[in-house]
Amino acid sequence: MASTAMSEFPEPEASSPALASSSFVNVGERTNVTGSAKFKKLIMADDYAAAVEVARQQVENGAQVIDVNMDEGLLDAEAAMTTFLKLIAAEPDIARVPIMIDSSKWTVIEAGLKCVSGKPIVNSISMKEGEEEFLRLARKVRGYGAAVVIMAFDEKGQADTRERKVEICARAYDLLVGDGFPPEDIIFDPNIFAIATGIDEHRRYAIDFIEACREIKQRCPHVHISGGLSNLSFSFRGNEPVRRAMHSIFLYHAIPAGLDMAIVNAGQLDVYDTIDPVLREACEDVILDRRDDATERLVTLAENYLGTDPAREKEAAEWRGWPVAKRLEHALVKGIDAFVVEDAEEARQAANRPIEVIEGPLMDGMNVVGDLFGSGKMFLPQVVKSARVMKKAVAHLIPFIEAEKEANGATQGKGRIVMATVKGDVHDIGKNIVGVVLQCNGFEVVDLGVMAPWQDILKAANDNKADMIGLSGLITPSLDEMVTVASEMQREGFTLPLLIGGATTSRVHTALRIEPAYEGPVIHVLDASRAVGVASALVSDTQREPLVERTRADYQEIREARARSGQNALASLDEARANGFAFDPAGKAPPPARPGVHHFGEWPLRELRASIDWTPFFRAWELAGNYPAILDDPIVGESARSLFRDAEAMLDRMIAEHWVVPKGAVGLWRCKREGDDVLILAGNDWTRVPFLRQQVKKREGRANFCLADFIDPEGEDWIGGFAVGIHGLEPHLARFKAENDDYSDILLKALADRLAESFAEVLHAHVRDSIWGYSPDEHLTNAELIRERYEGIRPAPGYPACPDHSLKRVLFGMLGGEPAGVTLTDNFAMLPTSAVSGFYFGHRDSQYFGVARIGRDQLEDYAARREVSLEEAERWLRPNLD
Amino acid sequence: MSTAADQLRAEAARRILVKDGAYGTEIQRRRLAEADYRGSFDLGRDQKGNNDLLNLTRPELVREIAQDFADAGADILATDSFNANRISQADYGAEGLVREINVAAARIIREVADAAEAKDGRRRWVAGAIGPTNKTLSLSPNVNDPGYREIDFDTLSDVYVEQIEGLVEGGADFALIETVFDTLNAKAAVHAAQRVEETIGRELPIMLSMTITDLSGRNLSGHSIEAFWASVRHARPLTVGLNCSFGAAQLRAHIAILSRIADTLVMAYPNAGLPNDLGEYDECAATTAAQVRSWTEQGIVNIVGGCCGTTPEHIKAIGETVSGYAPRRIPTPERRTLLAGIEPMILAA
Repeated sequence: MASTAMSEFPEPEASSPALASSSFVNVGERTNVTGSAKFKKLIMADDYAAAVEVARQQVENGAQVIDVNMDEGLLDAEAAMTTFLKLIAAEPDIARVPIMIDSSKWTVIEAGLKCVSGKPIVNSISMKEGEEEFLRLARKVRGYGAAVVIMAFDEKGQADTRERKVEICARAYDLLVGDGFPPEDIIFDPNIFAIATGIDEHRRYAIDFIEACREIKQRCPHVHISGGLSNLSFSFRGNEPVRRAMHSIFLYHAIPAGLDMAIVNAGQLDVYDTIDPVLREACEDVILDRRDDATERLVTLAENYLGTDPAREKEAAEWRGWPVAKRLEHALVKGIDAFVVEDAEEARQAANRPIEVIEGPLMDGMNVVGDLFGSGKMFLPQVVKSARVMKKAVAHLIPFIEAEKEANGATQGKGRIVMATVKGDVHDIGKNIVGVVLQCNGFEVVDLGVMAPWQDILKAANDNKADMIGLSGLITPSLDEMVTVASEMQREGFTLPLLIGGATTSRVHTALRIEPAYEGPVIHVLDASRAVGVASALVSDTQREPLVERTRADYQEIREARARSGQNALASLDEARANGFAFDPAGKAPPPARPGVHHFGEWPLRELRASIDWTPFFRAWELAGNYPAILDDPIVGESARSLFRDAEAMLDRMIAEHWVVPKGAVGLWRCKREGDDVLILAGNDWTRVPFLRQQVKKREGRANFCLADFIDPEGEDWIGGFAVGIHGLEPHLARFKAENDDYSDILLKALADRLAESFAEVLHAHVRDSIWGYSPDEHLTNAELIRERYEGIRPAPGYPACPDHSLKRVLFGMLGGEPAGVTLTDNFAMLPTSAVSGFYFGHRDSQYFGVARIGRDQLEDYAARREVSLEEAERWLRPNLD
Repeated sequence: MSTAADQLRAEAARRILVKDGAYGTEIQRRRLAEADYRGSFDLGRDQKGNNDLLNLTRPELVREIAQDFADAGADILATDSFNANRISQADYGAEGLVREINVAAARIIREVADAAEAKDGRRRWVAGAIGPTNKTLSLSPNVNDPGYREIDFDTLSDVYVEQIEGLVEGGADFALIETVFDTLNAKAAVHAAQRVEETIGRELPIMLSMTITDLSGRNLSGHSIEAFWASVRHARPLTVGLNCSFGAAQLRAHIAILSRIADTLVMAYPNAGLPNDLGEYDECAATTAAQVRSWTEQGIVNIVGGCCGTTPEHIKAIGETVSGYAPRRIPTPERRTLLAGIEPMILAA
């Protein structure tokens, strides 16, 4: 194909082979907040004048189309897109080239289409939500007179193999052309993924793309093919020479196969013939998947091309010249793991015994870290990074220590703790953090992982001669499980301390329920930063008793205070029902546009990333403050920024290397209300879903809420349910474990949790504006979404408005068994762990509330409605009972 | 029964068709007083010059002008509704009458066209004239704030929907989006026409006509004729072309370009030369007709007519001049991806 302008058109830069060819269009990528940190900064700072200059430079540098993308969570992307496009419309030397309006949100694309006077390209739409939605958007694109990029993405997910790429593109082509869409206005993006990642399935990504280009061009006359080039070389971030070579060589092969345009930084390409032949061959081996060891060879070779940043090199060189003990300390404090193995080895050779390296320089370094952490000068993310360095050093030294063990006894740690997430629960971020922090402080941690039954916990404590046991849990049924563990410890005559932690636990619960079950010391530990103090005291001869006594007294007082204060009076269930929330028929949502169950095989990660609510992420790392203000916080700002950078870098990789797959399912069903139950017609069967009503006596004018109150008591109404899950973490977690990298392990899990929450939010918005469609014109920024400035709610089973976790089973049943690939444990924790599920209520007045304490009368009534025994109901609702 | 558009295409394949001339010139000639415009309406503002309002206040006068053009041989009769939109009428305080004006404007011309057809059996078509309004979507009126706009796309689209619905109700065959000085305004008008199509449940053929505001051949939003075509081709217009601008002589080169690339009928209707110092057009009918003949000799037009300054006399002269020439043959250009900023860009397969 030829890119020729009918009027004057600038010749692309002759320096690059791809661009010198007139058959290739280079799409400027710098006016993209997701691709350019500089541009993002300018837009975030509202410096549009400078942002316009970025666009101008791109065109001057030979961009023939400019890609504009404003998908950033904190931006009102529609407003930013509109403002920027209007501004560049006033600049003839920018406006002369076509615009590529780039967003994962249709509303942003449409806002952009309304500002562009020429004929732009929409980037992008796909079949990820099925044919109907795809055609609906394609018709709109056509109505506005734009060409369109179609991502090779369907209901099942993103196309990665040649067959899938061709299959999806061919299907999209037939649909579009059959619908009257001009074939010449179709541009396919068959997904360029990262190669040379070390993962076998990624080896054919480049060659599959190239071969797919050829087939698509044959199969779909008149279409064009585009791709985002920077993904390809993602594994070589920071190594510009290798990245340039890979991009240039990829284009050299892909263009003849049919690649017509690419989003690329024109300045970042080399002339094929001028690339160092050794590097060229190595790159070609990887791109064309020509040898089994292609990746290793390129990785090795790439080292030679590294390092051209003089400032960094100088700094690096400086500390590398220090004595080895000082270097180890520096590496630990700064969390740098690049040289720790060689330094540990150097220290070992200098030491009399390998153990001295641990007890000497490494422990000294960790003490500095511990002191800084203790005095609030260092924060959890850095500590975890330091621990990673420590672990790697220790892993290197262990074989040497083992080898001389027969001569000496075992190493004398500070103490040994058995830790576990209890049976039925799968959440372990907090437990892992505590484990790492304890290890940093000289404790030996025996980690039993997740879903540990009490038998295993007690056995491990005995076998390892543990000094204490730590239990963790996130979901409310875990509280009961902890009581069980405590009771069993009592029964078996244990005396060692029991530490309780995890998001669902509390001092009050520990005092009221767990401590009475066990005569040994029981201590609730609020967070990781307290764990060291508590554990250290418990192994200290002098501090142990005072701590144990103090805690016992505290808990006794809590129990007495509780008994004294009495509790808020409860209304009878009948009274509470009589004071229910009045249903307003005027606020009822209309019937859904697309009822039934919808499955989303894969939702684009990029989109979820833009909607992440970061504040809870920092909270998981015990950094207090709200995002984005936390990044500039005088105390934790530096730590938060560093953590945020690492998070962003990992997200980049997760997207480029396709680490995880977000799956989702949505159901919208006809329903009717029967008292506090909602009868739901899912498929051909009516399913009864009983809800709980607030029973605490309310002030005049305040209702006793129940979720059923938001359903029409008179006639037919609609209700929804959903589940989302982030799949695919396991191989990466296994890799981190093998590399002794707790930091990345926790980081990935924490990010996956955020992505799941983001997905729930994004999916809810999609339900409101499209699948159910009761708020089609809702245009909220991410900040507004996070503050829940919308109509309708999505309460989750196990949370305050709907405290019965076991309802998940009912919800999942209606959604088809294992919606979004999510399964349930015995105690109704969801697997994968990064998952969210809940109900949708569309009524304008629907709101979140806490059921709180309920009476015996409601418990009995609920058990009958739920068709379970009283004991079982009691078990699931214990936190809500007296 | 074939549609109006099919019939027009069939007739245009046989001969060069003739569009009418300007209402403004004819109304001006009649030297109306403010009271003639105002009629019985009390709109609180001076109505002199509100040519669109005459559809309600002096329908017989509009009918007479249309009749003159029909008698002069015009096949396509436009409505007197260039400014009959909420934005332009707001200047006269007459925005409440927009719908009525458009219904009346179309009804008058429909009657003239149907009567003429009944008389000689020759089909006449009614083109509902839609001007660009006096607001622009692409430019800021404030040099210090280039991102500012007086109006947005959705508002303008709504304004056009109101006008087009009126024209359709009154019996217009086509929506003639003319004198396009801002391509984005034209896209909003196309968007509006698509919305009306959805409401009425049938196709509403569009005629698109750009105006050139400088001699390099661009309109006010900066588009050359090729870029304009790339930007509006999705409307699949019945005709595309140029009007107003300069005289016929200056338009020729640009029409020639359009003729090569547009896979639809080309319609061009120039002014009667350039206005004199008093704002009057002096070019006589024979001169205009001679200029237009140079187009037909080259075979670059399918429909010709007149814009500012052209009278029934001009239309008659033009019609007689072009009658012997063969119409332009619609090319079937190679399928290529057309994109555009201000400049066009082709991605050939």
